[in-house]
Parts: sequence; structure tokens; C-alpha cells
Amino acid sequence: MAMDDVAASWVRFFTFSSVNVAYVAIGCVLLGAAAGMVGCFAFLRKRSLLGDALAHAALPGICVAFLLTGSKDPVVILLGAVASCWIGALTVDWITRCTRCKEDSALGIVLSVFFGVGILLLTHIQHSGNAAQAGLDRFLFGQAAGLVARDVKILAGTAVLLCCVVALLYKEFKVILFDPDFARAAGLPVRRLEIALATVIVLAVGIGLQAVGVVLMAAMLVTPAAAARYWTDRLSAMLALAAVLGGVSGALGAWASYVAARMPTGPWMVVCVTGLFFASFLLAPGRGLAARLLRLRRFRRKTAVENLLRTLYQFGEAGQDWNTPRSLPELLERRGASMRELRRTLARLGRAGLVSEAAPGMFTLTADGAARGARVTRVHRLWEVYLTRKLEIAPDRVHDDAEEIEHVLTPELERRLAETLEYPERDPHGSRIPRAGRISISQGT
Amino acid sequence: MDSSVAAPPVEVHDLTVAYHHRPALWDIDLAFPAGKLIAIVGPNGAGKSTLIKAIMGLTPLASGYVRIFGQPPERARNAAAYVPQRESVDWDFPTNALDVVLMGRYGQLPLFARPRRRDREIAMQCLEKVGMADYARRQISQLSGGQQQRVFLARALAQQTRLYLMDEPFAGVDAATEQAIVTLLRDLRGQGCTVIVVHHDLQSVPEYFDWALLLNLRAVAFGPVEEAFSPENLQNAYGGRLNLLSDVHERLRRAEWSSRHGDG
Repeated sequence: MAMDDVAASWVRFFTFSSVNVAYVAIGCVLLGAAAGMVGCFAFLRKRSLLGDALAHAALPGICVAFLLTGSKDPVVILLGAVASCWIGALTVDWITRCTRCKEDSALGIVLSVFFGVGILLLTHIQHSGNAAQAGLDRFLFGQAAGLVARDVKILAGTAVLLCCVVALLYKEFKVILFDPDFARAAGLPVRRLEIALATVIVLAVGIGLQAVGVVLMAAMLVTPAAAARYWTDRLSAMLALAAVLGGVSGALGAWASYVAARMPTGPWMVVCVTGLFFASFLLAPGRGLAARLLRLRRFRRKTAVENLLRTLYQFGEAGQDWNTPRSLPELLERRGASMRELRRTLARLGRAGLVSEAAPGMFTLTADGAARGARVTRVHRLWEVYLTRKLEIAPDRVHDDAEEIEHVLTPELERRLAETLEYPERDPHGSRIPRAGRISISQGT
Repeated sequence: MDSSVAAPPVEVHDLTVAYHHRPALWDIDLAFPAGKLIAIVGPNGAGKSTLIKAIMGLTPLASGYVRIFGQPPERARNAAAYVPQRESVDWDFPTNALDVVLMGRYGQLPLFARPRRRDREIAMQCLEKVGMADYARRQISQLSGGQQQRVFLARALAQQTRLYLMDEPFAGVDAATEQAIVTLLRDLRGQGCTVIVVHHDLQSVPEYFDWALLLNLRAVAFGPVEEAFSPENLQNAYGGRLNLLSDVHERLRRAEWSSRHGDG
């Protein structure tokens, strides 16, 4: 029953069954997308907190605009908010330049002082008995349900404007974010571009205030950017992806506030965007946690496999005989791993055709396995020679380091290592170093 | 009107730079000759990077002025290419090597304009010159320190100027990169370009450079390497004889601060 209700509300909402729903949905998607895109710049500038300070600094502007005009017209409110944001931004700049406060303190001061003044003014307005003030407190946490046609038009207009500015100034924004000194030296008007960039961020904050509210707007700027960064290494793709993630959160937040009409929209959007962030953090290929753990596990397996191959190879070295099968206890003694681990590694080697089980519990290297074992042994010993000769480390200290290095050296590095050392015959402990390329171990029948 | 033709690549007149009333450069007066590889050497805190930044117009001057080919720096933007220190940027920025080199073309493109095919070709050629063509599409954080430095050099080459100012290009690079940079510097000199390099390795100065500026807040010596790079001058530059000057200015700075805050 409850599930049916949810499903029905989905359908009603996303088919835009009433025109009001359409306004709310479109408005939230647009503002989420615009904030997500623009937020990438604040994020990459390492100025994420600036967005937060600016959003909070908008509140006194909203109140003053209302006090002066007595109207809640979106244009009036937006202008008030933008003016107040700008004063906040300039104050941050002034504090960092002219006092001993660092930027983080300046941001903290501006955020709390402006927000405090805003709350003061808001309380004053609410107690003034002005009937038109009803709903002004929505600007704290946002109420998307209150969006009407005119709000959405202004929101859409601003969002389109922001997209155009970003598209036009894409290369300029990119270079001042990456290397502002170089940009100035190359003759770009960095000061003016920085003002343009700040204006873009302020406008993105401004259009989000009605639906998300001053308190949480910063999350809509920064979180989509942080999530998008996990998926891509290209700035253009990052902007697009952050816009999509912001838009999706906007839609979900709007839907939540449609289903539960008295819920503020802002927190819902922030919860959604945070969910998307965690999904990215966990699942993104390459940078995500799951991918990193997977890589780590693969490396551990490779290490276990190669160590065992080297052990088996070394068993055979003494009598130049790689055919005698070795028993589990023998291997266990040399490897110092647990029985379970050893069995699992042996099974893996068996599947790869590197080791064969001659008799139950007795294992021997195949030709491929012997070649791999010889190669790992060779790299291990070469590295030991390198450490003792070039870094003058005592021969009894080099084994552990070589144990790690042998698994990461590429054939190219191996070749250069051998060349640098002038193709040594023996390692520091006197063992012969297997030759490269010519490793073929005769397999008896 | 034609004075700029004969004007030296860089002239520095009575230049003084101070950070918070602490002098960083003290009355520098030099003219850098054309077509030479010039090293700026000096101890830590001698103002080497500051001098480069002052020449590029990136730092406010307390007094004096700079001329690049006879022009003030802000009017000679396309005449000088700047290679900042590698650590000055965040290499985790979402972009690839070719894109960074392409930034060298931005100064010559009008505002709003996208880089054209020609710009991409130039950027690619510059990557080739530093031996990085194979890494064009590589995310910059995946490059080694030396490779990142070569990308920075390629970006400067893409500006196609006659004057290069490089801040510690040899710092923390591998041997292959060091060789690549030296070859590049000689090529540039062969084309008649002037290259001014902040350098930290005294040993290689006579081998790599034609001229040297020994700096320690003021210009201790300036001239062809065989003259300027004498043990005496080095002793003067590195001898720490300016302790007194810094102490005096430290007092001055404190006095200024305390009088401003009324607790002195």
C-alpha cells in the first residue's frame, strides 16, 4: 500500500501532472545543475568554504531588499542577495589583505557575522506585523514547493547565462585556476577574470537560495564537484558530470518535498547529493575505494604467487633439478605463510599452468612456472646487488627491500638495472643470478 | 621610435622589492644581454625568484622599474615567457599534458576564442622538443617530477618568444630531464633567444651558462661566467655578510607594527 503511494507520487511528479509540479521540478534541476557546474571552479580553486561564506552572507541582503521594497519578487530578492554576497566577498578580501587574519579566519568571520545580522533582520521583519513577510524564513532551508512560474523563468535565465559565461571563458577560467601567475605573465586580464569567476559563483548561490536556502547552498556547490572529480581527469567532463549530479539531486529533492509538502527542500537535496558523493567515493573506477581495494588485492595475490614461484625455483637451484616435487610442509617452512594461504596460492598457480601437482600434496614447477620463478629470482638478486653496490647497504639488510621491489620492476627497468650493474653474475650472498631471456629449464619426463 | 630594436631584452633600474617591510631585493640595476644563457645564483632567500617575478611584473615594486625590450612588463606580455617553479601549482588538476602546453598559446588568442588547430600543432611540436610527445594525453598527476618540468618548459616554448625566464627548472629533476633542458637551452641560444634561469647547483653553472648573476638581496656580481663566477664573488654572495642588514630591517618591521598597533 505504502509502496503504491510512493510509486504513484513518482508517476504524478515525473509526468508533471500539474503545472506547479513542473515548475518546481524544472527549477530544482536547473539550479542543481548550475550550482554543480559552477561549484567545480570553487572546488578546484580550493575555495570551497568561500561558497559557504557567500551563501550565508546573502541573508542580510535578502532581508534588506524586502525591508526596502516590501516585496518578495524574485528579482528584488536575487539582487539583494547578490549585492550582499559581493559585500561579503570584498570583506573577506579586505580582511586577508589588511589584517593579520588568514583567509580561513576571514571566511569564518564573514560567514558568522553576516548570517548573524541576517537572522537579526529576519526576526525584526517577522515581528513587524507585515503580512507580506510570511514565507521569508524559507530562505533559511529552502522550499521548492513555493516556486512559481516567474521564479522558474528567472532561475532558468540565470542558469543559461551562467552556462554561456562558462562556455565563453572556459579556457581563461581553466588557466587562472591552474596557474594564476602564469596567466598574468602571459598577459591575461587575471583580475577581471577573477571578478567574473566570483560573479558566476555568487549568481549560482543567488538562484539556489529560494529552493535550497542559505544554510545549505554551499553543499550544492561543492559536493557535486567533489563527486565528479572521482570519475574523470578532464575539466570539461568534470563540469558536465557535476551538472548532471547536481541536476539529479535537484530532481530528487524536489520530489521529496512534493511527497512531504512541509519538508524543506534544501536538506533533501543535500542528502541526495551526499549519497551520490558516497557512491562515487566507493564505486568510481580508478579513484574509488572499491577500485583501490581491488588493486591492492590483486597486487597481494601477485606477490604471493611470485614469492611461491621463487621459492620453488630456489629449491631446484641447488641441484639444477626443477623436477623433484616438493611437499606442502617443505614449502610452508620456507614461505612462512599459513597453510590455507599456501593451498590457495598453489591452486591459483595450478590454474595458471605454472605449477602441477605431481602426486597428492606434492608440487613441481611447469616450464612456464620455472621461467617466471627464474625471472622473479633474477630481479630480486639484481636489486640486492644494486642496493649493496650503489647505495652501499650491508648485504644482510637488502633482502626485505628486494622482496617488495621484485614484484613491481618492469622488464624495462630490469634491463636498465642489469645494464647499470654491468650484468653481474652473483648476488651479494653469492647465489648465481639467472640470465634474462635464456631461461629454459629442461623438463625431464 | 625604433629604440626597442636595440633595447636589451631585460633592463632593471634601481629595483627594490620588499615584503612586509623586509627587503627582498635591494637596489638592483642591470641590463641583461641578448642571446645569452644567464644563470641567477645565490643562497636561499637571496631574492632569485622575486627578481624573476619582478621582471615579469608579478610582484609590486617598492621602487625602480623594469623594461622588457624597452617596454614596461605589462605591455610586453607576448615578448617574455615565464616558467614558474614546478611546486607552485597543483598537479592533481584535472587536465592533461597537451592542455597545459596549450595554455602557452592563450596569451596570443583573443578573449573567448578557443585554441585552433594551428595552436594544437604548435603545442604538439613543443612537447616533441622536450621529448614528451608520447605523454600528450597523460593526466598531469601521473607524470614524474622531471616530466612535469618538461611540460612546463614546453608551455613556455609554445609562447614562441625571444626571452625566457625560468624559475629553478633543474630542481628535483632526473638526469634525462636535466640533459633535455640543457639541450633545449642551447637550441634556444642558437636561435638568438635570451634565457634567464634561476639555478641552485653552483657546480654546473660554468658548464651550462654564459653569464651569471650572483645575487644576495643586491647584485653581488654580474657578467660573463669566467669573470663573475670567481671564488671571491661567491664568498661575497654566500658569506652571509648581510646579517646586519636583515637585523636592522627586522627591527624596523617590528617598530612599524608596534607603532601601528599602539603598544610600542
